[in-house]
Amino acid sequence: MIEIINVSKSFDGHKVLDNLNLTIKTGESTVIIGRSGCGKSVLLKHIIGLMRPDSGHVLIDGKDITRLDEKEISAVRMKFGMLFQGAALFDSLNILENVGFALIEHTNTPKAEIAKRVKESLILVGLKDIEYKKPAELSGGMRKRVGLARAIIVRPEIMLYDEPTTGVDPIMGDSVNDLIMKLHTKLNVTSIAVTHDMTSAYKIADRVAMLYNGKIIADGTPDEIKSTKDPIVRQFITGAGTGPITEGIDFEHLV
Amino acid sequence: MLRNLAQFIGRRFVEFVRYGGGASILLGETLFWIPIPPLRRRQVVEQMSKIGVDSLPIVSLISLFTGMVLALQSAYQMQKISAEIYIASLVALSMVRELGPVLTALIVAGRIGASITAEVGTMKVTEQIDALETLATNPVKYLVVPRFLALVIMIPLLTLYADVIGGVGGYLIGVYKLNITHAMYMKMTWQALRYKDVYTGLIKSVFFAVIICIIACYEGMRAEGGAEGVGKATTSSVVTSFILIIASDCFFTALFYFLAP
Repeated sequence: MIEIINVSKSFDGHKVLDNLNLTIKTGESTVIIGRSGCGKSVLLKHIIGLMRPDSGHVLIDGKDITRLDEKEISAVRMKFGMLFQGAALFDSLNILENVGFALIEHTNTPKAEIAKRVKESLILVGLKDIEYKKPAELSGGMRKRVGLARAIIVRPEIMLYDEPTTGVDPIMGDSVNDLIMKLHTKLNVTSIAVTHDMTSAYKIADRVAMLYNGKIIADGTPDEIKSTKDPIVRQFITGAGTGPITEGIDFEHLV
Repeated sequence: MLRNLAQFIGRRFVEFVRYGGGASILLGETLFWIPIPPLRRRQVVEQMSKIGVDSLPIVSLISLFTGMVLALQSAYQMQKISAEIYIASLVALSMVRELGPVLTALIVAGRIGASITAEVGTMKVTEQIDALETLATNPVKYLVVPRFLALVIMIPLLTLYADVIGGVGGYLIGVYKLNITHAMYMKMTWQALRYKDVYTGLIKSVFFAVIICIIACYEGMRAEGGAEGVGKATTSSVVTSFILIIASDCFFTALFYFLAP
């Protein structure tokens, strides 16, 4: 279980997370929605301990990761797999070394075994025979899949997805969604995705939470979110140009 | 007006202290991670080849010309007092004590420091450094330590090489242009040099290596804002390294002058 308790974080005096509370149950697939730049990725980075909150706690299975030292936090991170927005593959390494990175770095697994596991991971995300290519030779969609393969090779308990469908075409986006669902059921992981793509959110979520002004303002099943009366959530999910979110902002000059 | 000035100075001072603090912490972390296994031998060797072997042509060219220019410039003065034979001593001492270490460090800061900042900075802005951490790998251990070791080993070696090539430059002018005999030139060179001149030069070059590595990696790791941010970080890395190399050279020269004259 992941518990985010009263977490606040500011950058240069601008409050991005403001006493935020959210609990994510084991095995659940949660999608956090919100506008670009509202702090979704920041929230995700707090969950995996890449950022520390100014105040508040993040508990992973009861352990407060905001208070752990480097070594302890490394151990907790082995439970996580994360897919970054731009896949964040290591440019200097080939696909085999990228996907097998955690095994090469942290285990004494023999080379042949690593190659086998890399192959399996790549097959799980629908790729094969690209082990000796460099990331620069792959398309955006393929890079995302390789990023996924790298995240799942250590059999994580929790998968984090930062904007999984951003930067790929709609068809590839849908296949990434299918992949996330497949991994969720097949590997039995807890999934947390942040996105502003509502199609993706409805498809992969057991539960949707909306982040607005540093707080979670709505939290429910996709159906509950679809039928919400909250004007802010309504404006966001319908993608309307006018409403409470954009009140006082004049888009006329853009037309 | 006065208030703005005070705010400006205050802000720059805070930035300066923050920068110094951040770079010192990075240096501390680097030293902490060096003895902790695994020692990524392959990466260290790769970096050594990039830093050392690939820098040989440019170091050769610049040291050779510097040695030649030194000989020609001093000949201009020395001829007036018929003391051309001292050109050999002058070239040897200037190269070994001062120009060898400083020129090599400046070349490496421009060539390698910039490429380290660009590489690490790109990794930062494309979240590859975050990705390293999520894969439970410390970025300092993985990225900084191999570069640090390679620089600290290769810069003194390159410096020695530059000393020799600078001497060759001086020799070419001295023997073939100013008609000093081979035997005389060699004798005057060896007579002037003491071990101390060589090792103080090498001590300096080790500190220059530390400066280049830490500034380049620190600038890269704090880069933000895409390609533009990486560009800015790279410029800042080279400029800061240059300033620190020259400033610390002045400090060390004074220190060695007073401590071990």
